[in-house]
Amino acid sequence: MSDTPLWEVFVRPRRGLAHTHVGSLHAPDAELALRNARDLYTRRQEGVSIWVVPSAAIVASSPDEKDAFFDPAADKVYRHPTFYDVPEGAGHL
Amino acid sequence: MLQDIACGEASCNTDGVYGNDFGAPDDPAGQSLLDQVEAAERELRSAAERRLAGDDHLQGYFEAIIEADQKVEPRDWMPDDYRRSLVRQIAQHAHSEIIGMQPEGNWITRAPSLKRKAILLAKVQDEAGHGLYLYAAAETLGVSRDELVELLLSGRQKYSSIFNYPTLTWADVGAIGWLVDGAAIVNQVPLCRCSYGPYARAMIRICKEESFHQRQGFEILHTLAHGTPAQREMAQDAVNRWWYPSLAMFGPPDSDSTHSERSMAWKIKRFSNDELRQRFVDMCVQQASVLTLSLPDPDLRWNAEREHYDFTQPDFDELMQVVKGNGPCNRQRIEHRRRAHSEGAWVREAAAAYAAKRAVREPAGV
Repeated sequence: MSDTPLWEVFVRPRRGLAHTHVGSLHAPDAELALRNARDLYTRRQEGVSIWVVPSAAIVASSPDEKDAFFDPAADKVYRHPTFYDVPEGAGHL
Repeated sequence: MLQDIACGEASCNTDGVYGNDFGAPDDPAGQSLLDQVEAAERELRSAAERRLAGDDHLQGYFEAIIEADQKVEPRDWMPDDYRRSLVRQIAQHAHSEIIGMQPEGNWITRAPSLKRKAILLAKVQDEAGHGLYLYAAAETLGVSRDELVELLLSGRQKYSSIFNYPTLTWADVGAIGWLVDGAAIVNQVPLCRCSYGPYARAMIRICKEESFHQRQGFEILHTLAHGTPAQREMAQDAVNRWWYPSLAMFGPPDSDSTHSERSMAWKIKRFSNDELRQRFVDMCVQQASVLTLSLPDPDLRWNAEREHYDFTQPDFDELMQVVKGNGPCNRQRIEHRRRAHSEGAWVREAAAAYAAKRAVREPAGV
């Protein structure tokens, strides 16, 4: 089993929604990963589409580096519409 | 890791049913169990929006997360003991789901109708699924699936002692759904608010599915209780046998519980064993009256002062005996699990060989 790769499973609940991470599972190859994901995560019609991704292929930012990594966004409040004062009477803004 | 998380013989299963018990901050008395699960889900979302006090220190950041009712995620720093406690509890919970397939699996071929058989199959399949969600949650803490399977098969980690009792009649399938799954739900709903993210998310999923299990059991008993005198007698007999073992699922009394206090502080656990046991008894009395079956406790009565039912405690010496391996089915359960695992080895090997062969032939293909 230790040789059996780990896969991350993403399910699209219905048309119009994005695939969302639902959990993980072990499977020897992609085809079995998809079948196992169907049996494990969509027994009650929870989805219309499944993605499986080898966990080893995922590159993640670490929460430990949270501050430094996401710092550049912290001082740019002007990116949010609420930063701007809209004069009285200006419509459609 | 293996050495770390295998615990001493008797100390392992003393927390409660499947691992542990937890609770909602507000009094959930008036809410249905499913409402409570949904409330936990909403709270998970709103807590995530709260700003943390921003302590640069690792321990301080961890404590701030717990304090703010936010979730600790796999790559966050956490104290070693927090990690160990969680692995132990989640693994034991996963093992319970896997072993828990056996008592009911015993009746699949003998279910009284095609409908009951299809339902029971779906339920047992759910239990396998619950085991897998939980193993996956445990693996996020750095333990491998192989290690976990080995800890179960070697008997170094326990599963819930309730599954060491036999299912003698079809009514036992009903009693398990109503009482055993009912007790599990009372224990597990508070786990939806557990401070460890992957465990909380798995529990939300599990609790939603578990509520079908409890209702199907209740329906089986209701049908039998309103059937022929023999069927009614069979239903009552099953309730009589499963009542006290179900009460014992909540673990030893608070005075003897080994891991409670720290688990409470870490918000892994939120209610004590005795609180949850009381909640379960209060729930069952009313439900038993709808079933027109009686609970086998002559001292069960409403206490107006406490606003709870007084009841007879389960035999905790018996619980400890079953935990130690001396229950009616301990050996049979683990032998069956070992056999199933070894007899499935060729399937795992064949699938791995096929995947390896295909990877060579079409290196980039799926």
